[in-house]
Amino acid sequence: MHDMPQAIKEHAPAQTFIRKYVFSVDHKVIGKQYFGLALVAVFIGMALSWLMRLHLAWPNLHIPGLQWLSSSGAPNGVITPEYYLSLMTMHGTLMIFFVLTNAPFAGFGNYFLPIQIGAEDMAFPRFNMMSFWVTLVAFCVLMSAFFVGDGPPLAGWTSYAPLSAVGGSAGPGEGTGQTLWAISIAIFCIGQLLGSLNFISTTLDLRTRGMTLMRMPLSTWAWFITSCIGLLAFAVLLPACLLLVLDRIAGTSFFVPSNLVISDQVQTHSGGSPLLWQHLFWFFGHPEVYIAIVPAMGIVSHILVNSMRRPLLSHRVVIYSLISIGFLSYMVWGHHMFVSGMSPFSALMFSFPTLIITIPSTIITLIWIGSLYGSKLRITAASLFALGFISLFVSGGVSGFFLAQPSIDIYLHATYFVVGHFHLVMGVASIFGIFAGTYFWFPKMFGRTMNEGLGKLHFWLTFVGAYCIFMPFHYLGLAGNVRRYSAFVEDYLQPLLPVHKFISIAALITGAAQLIFLYNLVYSRFRGKPATENPWEATSLEWSIPSPPPFDNFGGKHPVVYHDPYQYGIASSTGDYVMQNSPEQIQTVRDDKSLT
Amino acid sequence: MATTVHEPPRTEEEVRSGGGGFHDLVPADGNLRALRDHSPEPSRTGIWVGLAAITMSFAALTSALIVRQGAAPDWRHFTLPRILYLNTLVLLISSVSLEVSRRRFAPTSPREIKPSARWLYATLFLGMAFVTGQYVAWRQLASEGLFLATNPSSSFFYVFTVLHALHVLGGLAGLMYVIRRLKRFALRPSTLDVTSYYWHFMDVLWLYLLLVLLIRL
Repeated sequence: MHDMPQAIKEHAPAQTFIRKYVFSVDHKVIGKQYFGLALVAVFIGMALSWLMRLHLAWPNLHIPGLQWLSSSGAPNGVITPEYYLSLMTMHGTLMIFFVLTNAPFAGFGNYFLPIQIGAEDMAFPRFNMMSFWVTLVAFCVLMSAFFVGDGPPLAGWTSYAPLSAVGGSAGPGEGTGQTLWAISIAIFCIGQLLGSLNFISTTLDLRTRGMTLMRMPLSTWAWFITSCIGLLAFAVLLPACLLLVLDRIAGTSFFVPSNLVISDQVQTHSGGSPLLWQHLFWFFGHPEVYIAIVPAMGIVSHILVNSMRRPLLSHRVVIYSLISIGFLSYMVWGHHMFVSGMSPFSALMFSFPTLIITIPSTIITLIWIGSLYGSKLRITAASLFALGFISLFVSGGVSGFFLAQPSIDIYLHATYFVVGHFHLVMGVASIFGIFAGTYFWFPKMFGRTMNEGLGKLHFWLTFVGAYCIFMPFHYLGLAGNVRRYSAFVEDYLQPLLPVHKFISIAALITGAAQLIFLYNLVYSRFRGKPATENPWEATSLEWSIPSPPPFDNFGGKHPVVYHDPYQYGIASSTGDYVMQNSPEQIQTVRDDKSLT
Repeated sequence: MATTVHEPPRTEEEVRSGGGGFHDLVPADGNLRALRDHSPEPSRTGIWVGLAAITMSFAALTSALIVRQGAAPDWRHFTLPRILYLNTLVLLISSVSLEVSRRRFAPTSPREIKPSARWLYATLFLGMAFVTGQYVAWRQLASEGLFLATNPSSSFFYVFTVLHALHVLGGLAGLMYVIRRLKRFALRPSTLDVTSYYWHFMDVLWLYLLLVLLIRL
């Protein structure tokens, strides 16, 4: 009892502007900060993809102003092949680390996980604040690569050694730029480790009375599972990046083999194993795919249940499937390395779990579709994006069956087929999860509603656009169109150029459509219709408190939870749903023997 | 608003899943401020999560060592500096002294801190001695011409020992925090417990690393 005043002091609302909005320990402010950072990163990443698409379709195009960014990378505004690779590297790194990890997991997770389990904050608020600021430093370090030395690195977001490990002689950007990349990602890992530590401890320790594990909403389950995946994955990437930095600046030979000749120079390193980097990287890299997609699956489930006004066919099976996805995600990393000269037997050992991991994913998808069948769906921007997520997840997932088999992957691995596959299944699908979450939770986060009409317009343009961009990628891949080329001058690739032009035009239009979202976001933030406490008639705890929530969420009290998270489609005093913290006695489907 | 605080109905499912949260000690009025002191500290969970991440990092480095050693015939074996065994002993004793301190700490009488503080200082001293000893080991290797980039074996030696030493320095910072809190009579038992788990883990980790280095270098 002697330290009680200290405990109160730690949880008193901050008074100054700096403590309230900048160096805040409030999980809601930190969640918004992550979301804002992801928003900045996604627009930079998208601009980079525009530059790439413009160059691919019109290789001699002068892009006005680009020479100001890099005079050597884009003399007179025409992108060089090396600079194309730099743009690709930065696009991938920004999107995967700073968008797909930051927004659905760290952003929404920070804001809503504590509220959904009835806690007043994260378990370690100071660590939480540190995790964001560390991530911001990582972002700044990465961005600085644009402006120092000879530009950003060109080794791809996977930074394969030895290209990434030998230094400036390997090409433009491989000097300072690549070192900054490795340092940035190492710092990013620290931020994510702190975040994961917080998420796990909070979920295990701070659940309110009555909030059993099985009563947690699916979004909370998804964030919890993601943090378990992230804790172990980033703990491997961090030492891997340290070894890479040592190879680059201290002259060690972890990843650089003997007698390597680069730019007519024999490298001084010897005996290193480039495959070691691939193993360490993909041991992180494959779980990272699930770090991006699992939170989106949770968010989509949470929103769909609300829109269709009935529980999922099985809450438990979805949870168990998510857990098995998390577990299996650690056994499949080798499928990224089928073309690395791997023994066919090892390839088989990685192929089986890769095919097996599709089973829990399919189960979840079937549960979504089965629950949707015959429901009276409320069409909102959020539910449309949730449906769009399912569509993209299925379309992108199906090509995964092909790639999981080593014999087919060897043909397709270095083609646009793979690019189409992962953009649909993890990239755009996860982005749709973020959009769905934004339209759904915006009223709670900012106390105002977004414009539904603009939201629906944004959905249709983005949905059709995403398919126009990424479906032809599969066709290009099957036709043998190699990826990572900056221009298609070879004879056999010439007939495919019209497809590339179509994709580039689609990408420009779809990208421009995102400005509708940005406008809607900014306009609604200040001028949107004021939101009520529970505009979607939802059941989980975040809708039982004012919009936006007060500093300690529940006003100094802890809610008590009486019900499963998704009690929709039942007769009650509030309508067709019962909130988790409502003491009202209800007859659940499970109790009703006549239904079984 | 959740102002009604009744006993939630205990359904069959609730009994099976352990009654929800760890907030079973919630006071009758549901007051959050009071609750903080009654419920177990999240740090007791957090420490295991953190140790899991550290374990994973060193597991990754161990697998890197095994792969790298098999990748090329350039692995040069060398004898570990003898001072490492002395350092091991120092670190093990520091764990014992921390454990004594933890057991002498009586949360019921926060003002009787002397016996506990004495052993904490001893642990702090031994921890610093360990890090100094490690530094001496690095200097010895360097005087033999074995630097970070000399050979993959020396690279891994430095990576393992330096990363471990950095973690021990983190533990020392934790010990200093514990001593400061103790002197202000504001030390929570959980803080001391968690610090000691971390410290003992650094022991076990060091024994493991020493074993790996002995077998492989």
